[in-house]
Amino acid sequence: MSQTLQETLFRLSTLDRDVLSIAWLSLRVSLTAVGIGLLLGIPLGSLIAVARFPGRGAVVGLLNAFMGLPPVIVGLVLYLLLSRSGPLGALGLLFTPAAMVAAQALLATPLVAALTRQVIADAEAHLGEQLRSLRLSAPRRAGVLIYDARFSLFTAALAAFGRAISEIGAVLVVGGNIDGHTRTMTTAISLETQKGDLSLALALGAVLMALVLAVNAAAAILRSHAAKAYG
Amino acid sequence: MSEPPAIHLQNVSLTRDGRTILDRLDLDVAAPGITAVIGPNGAGKSVTLRVIDGLIRPDAGTVRLSPGRRAFVFQRPALVRASARANVALGLVSLKLSRRERLERIDAALARVGLLERAGDAATRFSGGEQQRLAFARAWAMRPDLLLLDEPTASLDPAATETIEGLITEMAGAGTAVLLVSHNLGQVARLADETVVLAAGRAVERGPTRSLLFSPRTVEARAYLTGELPWTSFAAAS
Amino acid sequence: MDLLRRGFLTLSLLAALGAATPLSAEPASIVVASTTSTEQSGLFKHILPLFKQKTGIEVKVVALGTGQALDAARRGDADVVLVHDRPAEDKFVAEGFAKARQDVMYNDFVLIGPKDDPAGIRGKGVEEAFRKIAAAKAPFVSRGDRSGTHSAELRSWKEAGIDLGAVRGDWYRDVGQGMGPALNTASSLGAYILADRGTWLSFKNRGDLTILVEGDPRLFNPYGVMLVNPDKHPSVKVKEGQAFIDWLVSPEGQKAIADYTINGEQLFFPSAKKS
Repeated sequence: MSQTLQETLFRLSTLDRDVLSIAWLSLRVSLTAVGIGLLLGIPLGSLIAVARFPGRGAVVGLLNAFMGLPPVIVGLVLYLLLSRSGPLGALGLLFTPAAMVAAQALLATPLVAALTRQVIADAEAHLGEQLRSLRLSAPRRAGVLIYDARFSLFTAALAAFGRAISEIGAVLVVGGNIDGHTRTMTTAISLETQKGDLSLALALGAVLMALVLAVNAAAAILRSHAAKAYG
Repeated sequence: MSEPPAIHLQNVSLTRDGRTILDRLDLDVAAPGITAVIGPNGAGKSVTLRVIDGLIRPDAGTVRLSPGRRAFVFQRPALVRASARANVALGLVSLKLSRRERLERIDAALARVGLLERAGDAATRFSGGEQQRLAFARAWAMRPDLLLLDEPTASLDPAATETIEGLITEMAGAGTAVLLVSHNLGQVARLADETVVLAAGRAVERGPTRSLLFSPRTVEARAYLTGELPWTSFAAAS
Repeated sequence: MDLLRRGFLTLSLLAALGAATPLSAEPASIVVASTTSTEQSGLFKHILPLFKQKTGIEVKVVALGTGQALDAARRGDADVVLVHDRPAEDKFVAEGFAKARQDVMYNDFVLIGPKDDPAGIRGKGVEEAFRKIAAAKAPFVSRGDRSGTHSAELRSWKEAGIDLGAVRGDWYRDVGQGMGPALNTASSLGAYILADRGTWLSFKNRGDLTILVEGDPRLFNPYGVMLVNPDKHPSVKVKEGQAFIDWLVSPEGQKAIADYTINGEQLFFPSAKKS
């Protein structure tokens, strides 16, 4: 074990451009997926938080369950959709980074929506009556609630990023782990593990951890900076 | 009382979860002037304010309001995590003002409540008294024809209460009809021209504040006024 | 000071953070469905840059088990397949999913096991070795993933006269994974396993494992390449795909394959018929 650790440290010092481009692809795919997840999930979660409609309880339950959607299922379903023989095959998206973005966006969106619903429901309980009394339109009320809850939503975004960058089931199936094209940190780690090169796998794992920590640290600094003013 | 009433409620009823909250309530409020609504907890005071503001739809009855703007100040100020100025601005969104007029009104309102220097500060970081002053600044900037107040000083200290009472008097003096729900009978005596006693969802007695407070005619009003000291009911309300 | 606008701005900023880096269009490229053994041996990393340098065509390799690779091609998700399971390849052609199959190269399988060799198979022929493993009920790891190696293993049991369905028990571990994970499992269990030589040579976590049986003609492992039939899937990039196949079987491609070594040991042997 200590020998593996030593080797890992050595491998870390010799990581090359390939690793950098893999890390960059992972980051780009997951950030784009989270961006899409936020654009879809925040309005969806807010709507479910604020609107009253029949079957709302079931929708909320479904949403919460979807937070735990197994990545490999998402990957498989998306694979069948994007396959040339599938309904979306003509798009030619299978085995491309775009397919991986779509897969991770499918994982991120319900997570963002479910967390948003909770956060916006709390904000609504506090502010809803006042905002309605001010005769604000429904979209504007939602906008104000989202703005009010922005720091909590930031946490939701981080959670979604963590889920996206660390999953392998979906990107492996729809991306194909193609060297130089769709190989991400997680699929590369898996591949090196399969090849029995455990020290390289660990070194890549350390890079992935560093990546996640860096994004979270940057977010935490931004957040505490902003939150200091508003609490 | 030659002017038409600012608020006219007739036969208003509301039931929630099998409980009667408003029971064929009749209520007229004149403009301008301050009308207090008092009564034991659960009498339907807060709900009445919300029915008037359109936040709650009654099951039956007539709600008629003279045209004009309404502002509502709640017991706990509902402020957004944004600057004091942005929170006041929120009250002006539906007013379609020019940008200049909007900014002028915001600054004037903040100046009136003594918060102009802190216009850019985060509202949610203000003290309780400052937050309620800010909520009044928002209402003030809207220049409402009708001001609905739901125990606006219940969680404030005496100094902050005095500031708020000054604001209420000034707005009423400027022609705003004020409907004040309060358990603080001293405050009611200080501010209100007229007082209405609610009990079990009905207006049981109404009259000039002083005569009502000192010689109530109905059993319900007497029970409330003699059986419950203002500060005990306040404690129970919060 | 419009809170709605600011709320929306916050949202858009967060989204832009991710979307700011568009995933750009790519040059001419083909998708090759191949096997985990070929990918993990490092062969493609060696030969593909040479092909790209010559033609400018990018080859994207999706590494699957042979069975999965053929299925992906059946669905039209690959332009070219490069696999090693002759009966499955012939079936693929017979079904019309490819018009022709060409030999490219071969390597061989090796029977691997713990150094102390509890079943006593060292140096034996393949048939005898498999019989001894079954008789000793010595731990054996199977790929179990419909890969070419899995097919070869199943064929070996059959040829050894062993009815796997009747004798299999706890000693027979079906892992359902690629060559690497299966080797990892065998390494930690001290089990026997059939592996392709390429993956074995590039495999690093060997533990106590070593080659016990090799060189038997039955362990010959030929690779074939096929262009997916464009009549079945019009999306197939015929020109680029055929260019790749032509290069693979050309003297230049064959030399590139032969040149690939690990620790001085050649992994794949060219086998294209001269035309």
